[in-house]
Amino acid sequence: MTESGKPILYSYFRSSCSWRVRIALALKGIDFEMVPVNLIKDGGQQFSKAFQALNPMKQVPTLKIDGITIHQSLAIIEYLEETRPTPRLLPRDPKKRASVRMISDLIASGIQPLQNLSILKKVGEVSKDLREETQLTWAQNAITSGFNALEQILQSTAGKYCVGDEVTMADLCLVPQVANAERFKVDFTPYPTISCINKRLLALEAFQVSHPCRQPDTPTELRA
Amino acid sequence: MQAGKVSFPCSEALPEGTFPGRLRVTTYHDRVWQALALKGIDFEMVPVNLIKDGGQQFSKAFQALNPMKQVPTLKIDGITIHQSLAIIEYLEETRPTPRLLPRDPKKRASVRMISDLIASGIQPLQNLSILKKVGEVSKDLREETQLTWAQNAITSGFNALEQILQSTAGKYCVGDEVTMADLCLVPQVANAERFKVDFTPYPTISCINKRLLALEAFQVSHPCRQPDTPTELRA
Repeated sequence: MTESGKPILYSYFRSSCSWRVRIALALKGIDFEMVPVNLIKDGGQQFSKAFQALNPMKQVPTLKIDGITIHQSLAIIEYLEETRPTPRLLPRDPKKRASVRMISDLIASGIQPLQNLSILKKVGEVSKDLREETQLTWAQNAITSGFNALEQILQSTAGKYCVGDEVTMADLCLVPQVANAERFKVDFTPYPTISCINKRLLALEAFQVSHPCRQPDTPTELRA
Repeated sequence: MQAGKVSFPCSEALPEGTFPGRLRVTTYHDRVWQALALKGIDFEMVPVNLIKDGGQQFSKAFQALNPMKQVPTLKIDGITIHQSLAIIEYLEETRPTPRLLPRDPKKRASVRMISDLIASGIQPLQNLSILKKVGEVSKDLREETQLTWAQNAITSGFNALEQILQSTAGKYCVGDEVTMADLCLVPQVANAERFKVDFTPYPTISCINKRLLALEAFQVSHPCRQPDTPTELRA
């Protein structure tokens, strides 16, 4: 915590995992200090000794709060939910909570790790020639496999948002993943439900203030 | 489905020779199986062979059940849940004894952090599906590339986990009670052994794993003891 007692979030403007936590903090009205970690500059600031001591996985986001350090975005969000329960990010009903976690995990384990910076770098290394083309195809495949499943699942869980009519942790995972998909030029024609929910969520203030184009570390040319 | 039972598609052993000398089951399977065993929940298992028939997870019937075409999938209380940690959290909320998450929110955060480190940060990067894709892009030196890839995914994660455990572990991953983090650890260690990862740098992981394997719930769910384990691979 800072001297003022505020939580400290280590974040990268473009990291979809960091964006999930930024949305949660915004929705819950939690004031925090942001420390940007540039995943590209200086060979990747996440590899510095200082940051590695903070998060041995060398990843963002990392949150220092209430005297502890938490990493893994969903673990952070669940902690925020348990300690600052208003407004809710998980429904009361266990079956709906299961749907929220299932969708969140589908994205956080089933899509994002398969198309993040780190893995695309490794894909580039093993594919040698046709590196960029292979990386793009790899990322697109990871996302479309996941979105094919998600579009189907949402048919039974979605109301206004991913699960029913209230914003949940699942929505915090959806919007950043859609942004990633757009960056990798994924065709959204097969995903009308995902598109519709995403658009509805982006109209909400918390999703706007936390947007990658509005962060302290957003490069000038990408700033909104 | 009989009253009081749940159906649980799970993976089956790879044929010998694919990864020489070792029986294998996906870590997804083991986490949930262990949770059901710890909580004493009776269930019916429906095996889904990830190799046979081109992979039974790709059948229309299974895809309707789980659009991600993955195991495990649990049908319980009239709903279908996939994603192992979502399943375990549901079991915890509806059958809370014995606990798999501590009461204290800070300890719960540690449990989830370790579970997610494994479930998002290691396992998806070395599962059957991704190794197949790695093989496709690497063309020549396929098996060697796949093995190195899997080892790197695991050692990156284990390097971090070994460090994290220095501050969270007691007898087990978080304190002295078995938690969801331990359910993730054991199957991941089994995977690491299969990929011939050197455990010298991971004394804490090794020690906790050994302690967990002595518990009955972890024996019941160990890959070598499942109902669909081929006879020649059974412990």
